[in-house]
Amino acid sequence: MQDAAIQAEGLRKSYGNVQALAGIDLEAPAGTILGLLGPNGAGKTTAVRILTTLLPPDGGTARVAGLDVVRDAAALRSQIGLAGQYAAVDENLNGRENLEMVGRLYHMGRAASLTRADELLERFDLTDAARRLVRTYSGGMRRRLDLAAALVARPPVLFLDEPTTGLDPRSRIGLWETIEARVAAGTTVLLTTQYLDEADRLADRIAVIDHGQVIAEGTSDELKDRVGGERLEVTLDDPGHRETAIAALAPMVEDRPRCDGTLVELPISHRRGAIAEAVRRLDSAGVGIDDIAVHRPTLDDVFLELTGHTAEEVAEEDGGQRESDRREEEQRAA
Amino acid sequence: MSSLAYTISDTVVLAKRNLLRIPRAPDLLLSFTVQPIMFVLLFVYVFGGAIATPGFEDYTDFLMPGIVAQTMSFGGFVTALALSEDLRKGLIDRFRSLPMSRSAVLAGRTLADVATNVISLIIMVGVGLAVGFRFHSNPIEVIAGVGLMLLFGYAFSWIFAYCGLVASSGESAQAIGFIVIFPITFISSAFVPVDSMPSWLQPIAENNPFTTVVDAMRALWVDAPAGNDVWGAVLWSVGLIAVFAPLSVARYRRAVSA
Repeated sequence: MQDAAIQAEGLRKSYGNVQALAGIDLEAPAGTILGLLGPNGAGKTTAVRILTTLLPPDGGTARVAGLDVVRDAAALRSQIGLAGQYAAVDENLNGRENLEMVGRLYHMGRAASLTRADELLERFDLTDAARRLVRTYSGGMRRRLDLAAALVARPPVLFLDEPTTGLDPRSRIGLWETIEARVAAGTTVLLTTQYLDEADRLADRIAVIDHGQVIAEGTSDELKDRVGGERLEVTLDDPGHRETAIAALAPMVEDRPRCDGTLVELPISHRRGAIAEAVRRLDSAGVGIDDIAVHRPTLDDVFLELTGHTAEEVAEEDGGQRESDRREEEQRAA
Repeated sequence: MSSLAYTISDTVVLAKRNLLRIPRAPDLLLSFTVQPIMFVLLFVYVFGGAIATPGFEDYTDFLMPGIVAQTMSFGGFVTALALSEDLRKGLIDRFRSLPMSRSAVLAGRTLADVATNVISLIIMVGVGLAVGFRFHSNPIEVIAGVGLMLLFGYAFSWIFAYCGLVASSGESAQAIGFIVIFPITFISSAFVPVDSMPSWLQPIAENNPFTTVVDAMRALWVDAPAGNDVWGAVLWSVGLIAVFAPLSVARYRRAVSA
């Protein structure tokens, strides 16, 4: 695609024996959000580091804002903003000094840097804390300042590596709104997250990453369709009515409904009228129901379907271990 | 602006960042001010009476060049601490993603050390003069001595920069620095005449570059015989910078936060 702001082909990276990226392709058209979704240690941060010129890939190519991440690294750095997993701000400076410093390092000049710093402090609701040392800031305030620092030079492409990890729900929603506003203004964003609702809410397209590979790619809806679209869930008032209920609902679906106790699940292709039709059929068959609802699959279902485990399971069970292995390897390799 | 002009302005921006933190971190301020005073007083009053220094008017004249050189060599420990902290907190990632000079983070950091070394130097010499130290050389030599000390301190800042980038934490960076530098400064002519050491230790102390630097300082400040020590000291300092500055910058260019 001609106007892709982020385009990667076959990116590979290993740390010693640990393969962090096993050849991934990514593409984000200008002015869209690409979500990289995956558990800890899946390779998301490595991908961000390659695309932001911090790490050379072992193989493959990537272009950001039309510039090659290896050959044109120096020129590319003026086109990107990065907000990493940690709020990368100087604790011993105040908020305004932090943003001024970043502006100066983008070579914006002192006056322009200060004007921009004040503008961003205002927008991120940090004006009152502008002259307070960052070490007195709350976690949410640091994240906002970090994101503000990434926006200082109004970069056309923004990389946000798990920007809301560790934030309280209110700060999280605030950050989401800021990101959406940037994209509405034309910025392209690559966002990594292990939160399914975050990818669902923000990303135009989602690449699901596991073990250094893209295992699925598409819009949130496309991914959900891959796990079978919508289901009608009926809770019966009496498990004894199950067979009657299944027989009554059978004409509505091609596959046999799934059952579990009083719960009957039917895959449906059309949401419209499904509940009304099911209620009519069950009623005329004399089956009573406690509850009936159309269930849209979540990205959690997608992850489970694609990998055989949920995102949280991996993060908790072996993600931490894999992450620490990776870091060890990384240090040894360096 | 040319790329050299950018390098200079980036370096100044980062040096300023490093200096701004000092008045805000009282423990750091103490290490640049109170600690040198304490060392001068301890050595003069606790050890001074027991150490014979033939050829010098008194122990204070013998001690000052040595203890100033030692303080300068440790002045850069903040660099190790600060760089390792920047690395851990992801700031190095941010700096490396900015369109700034590749050497400015380290150059700004080590330049800030020069400024704090100037402060320590002024305080130490002031305290020294108060407890009986006197320059026995001409003003040009005194100023040359100051220049040598700042150059020598700058060289050690680059060693600490490398430690800070390699070590896994600020504490271990400092530990590496101290374990290496502490013995080097003590097995030298800095605090006692080398003649007073056991004979097996004398050749080590005699050939220790730190001894060369201390002897050069004695030549420049209290008019002790110099030999080739002044040039030797300059060469050692420049040599250390020539090795550790490129090593550190190369390391920085590949550094990523763990």
